[in-house]
Amino acid sequence: MEWMKNLKSYVPPSFVVERDDYRCIRCKACVEQCSFDATFYDEEEDRVWTWNANCVGCNRCAAICPTDAITVKRADPSYRYNHNWSGHVDGLKKRAIFGGTPVVSMGNDKPYPIYWDHMLLNASQVTNPSIDPLREPMELKTFLGRKPDSIHVDDSGLKTKLAPQLELDIPIMFAAMSYGALSYNVIESLGRAAKEMGTYYNSGEGGLNKDHYKFKGNIIVQVASGRFGVHKDYLDVGSAIEIKIGQGAKPGIGGHLPGEKVSETISETRMMPKGSDAISPAPHHDVYSIEDLRQLIYALKESTEYKKPVAVKIACVHNVAAIASGIARAGADIIVLDGFKGGTGASPQVIRDNIGLPLEVSLAVVDERLRQEGIRQYVSLVASGGIRNSMDVVKAIALGADAVYIGTAALIAIGCTMCQQCHTGKCAWGISTQDPHLSKRVNPDIASKRLVNLLEVWALEIKETMGAMGINSIESLRGNRLNLRGVGLNEKELEILGILPAGE
Amino acid sequence: MKIVKIREDNCIFCHLCEVACIVEHSQSKDIIKAFKREEKPIARCTVEFNYPVSLSVMCRHCDDAPCIEACQNGSMHRDDRGYVVVNPETCVGCWMCIMACPYGVIKRDTRRETWGLSTKCDFCPDREIPACVEACPNEALTLEEL
Repeated sequence: MEWMKNLKSYVPPSFVVERDDYRCIRCKACVEQCSFDATFYDEEEDRVWTWNANCVGCNRCAAICPTDAITVKRADPSYRYNHNWSGHVDGLKKRAIFGGTPVVSMGNDKPYPIYWDHMLLNASQVTNPSIDPLREPMELKTFLGRKPDSIHVDDSGLKTKLAPQLELDIPIMFAAMSYGALSYNVIESLGRAAKEMGTYYNSGEGGLNKDHYKFKGNIIVQVASGRFGVHKDYLDVGSAIEIKIGQGAKPGIGGHLPGEKVSETISETRMMPKGSDAISPAPHHDVYSIEDLRQLIYALKESTEYKKPVAVKIACVHNVAAIASGIARAGADIIVLDGFKGGTGASPQVIRDNIGLPLEVSLAVVDERLRQEGIRQYVSLVASGGIRNSMDVVKAIALGADAVYIGTAALIAIGCTMCQQCHTGKCAWGISTQDPHLSKRVNPDIASKRLVNLLEVWALEIKETMGAMGINSIESLRGNRLNLRGVGLNEKELEILGILPAGE
Repeated sequence: MKIVKIREDNCIFCHLCEVACIVEHSQSKDIIKAFKREEKPIARCTVEFNYPVSLSVMCRHCDDAPCIEACQNGSMHRDDRGYVVVNPETCVGCWMCIMACPYGVIKRDTRRETWGLSTKCDFCPDREIPACVEACPNEALTLEEL
């Protein structure tokens, strides 16, 4: 442990831990819980001390303290305020001192506009009745996959052969978060919750531990540029296959799982040596064009006998509408749009904070473009990246999404405090770590229950809002932008989002 | 009869079971007073640690309790609820129960007035759910029917 700070490597601490010495009973729970060596106990002095420089602000100590003696506060280095430079000084110093580009985790934390908060929903009054979801049936069932241009029905039933579909009881799925980025227990919790709620969780690019094959029927398996853990059994277990081209938090670059997190079981699952960095290349080296993508899509369809829908996940970037159109034509059944606020387990800070497009805008333009080209029915759209609450889900669906992915929201439900240290592998909440002792902090029994609670509450909230709008099926809300009105947006933004301003 | 089930897979080594046990067996039953003002009682559960394993161990209230067998004057006995408890009025502090316990969960009292007497989990007679079970933040200790 460092006992003395050194000017040579000094960057002001981001947090200050304040401990009420009267309330502190020296139980040392905080000392044991801090995985960043910020808290320690001095036997001689009989005092619990803090090394503020190491504190990441995860608040684990404050949460565990039985006497509520701890408060973690944001440190405010008293440099002279400078509107242009404040907020950039520490980052610049870090680069200069350590000679490396800072790696961060979670989603973009910069104050870009949040379009969700500039859209308001409609409700029925007098001229059409609102519906009470506690008394009337409300339908949230969603099917993802290619839909036919038309259907033929005769007395014996449906004559048209449908493409494979994913059946969701609730239009919310758990986003791709790999075993490697997340601990075994978290994956277990996501799997259990997905199974109970009749939805899907995504394996992420890290392959699938054999123990989790039991969630067959509720897994979407991912094929990413690193191809970690991709083999026949893996593809067979998935209900759908997702090709990951890009990720909202780091468009244009590949994944990077630090060697510290590549434990014995991870190395087995990923089929790579223990302790070595798992680096996914920036592009798929067999996908350099839409035609190549088509080959990959059909290679995967062929190997699973055309029984599973294939999804393609892209990060929202400037040309997203044209790219999505290409993907739809390449034979994908589902397109996943990952907005720039989407999370990650590790990304260079500059990439995370400066690249991509807002999900709301991308969703609107992609849906619009696919409609104009008459190919919207060929693909389902899944919105992902920064879905924070049930109303974001409703607004996303009204903008044209078929379903959404939640990642960060699911992690927050099981304890995450968004301290952005996933890449260190030291997660004090036991979520993004492979340390067998730390990962015990997530108890799958508790965590899966919390996830189920979250989805159930969101489902109820969605039904309530739909009821208020006088809609009794999520199908009627899909792409129903007339139920959205923009506030505080300029004319161009409204035009791109395809919604009317409030009052019109 | 209900017992405390120990789930080592969930134990996060926070020692809050010990803290709760101390508070429950203190005079004031107030966490700050128990630790700072009183002569604090000894925790009757102990969190063992050997990376990455950790678990809280307390009296298992054995069916064939060797401590009852070893006790020379019947101080260690089974109460009405079926739990193994010690009567501090008659305990002479010979520590034969400590020697006999296969789990090492009987301790010597450290308080001045009762110094050296056997102390062990009494399954919180004043509570519906034992204090350690209620305090465990990760359900590593659960109350279950045997």
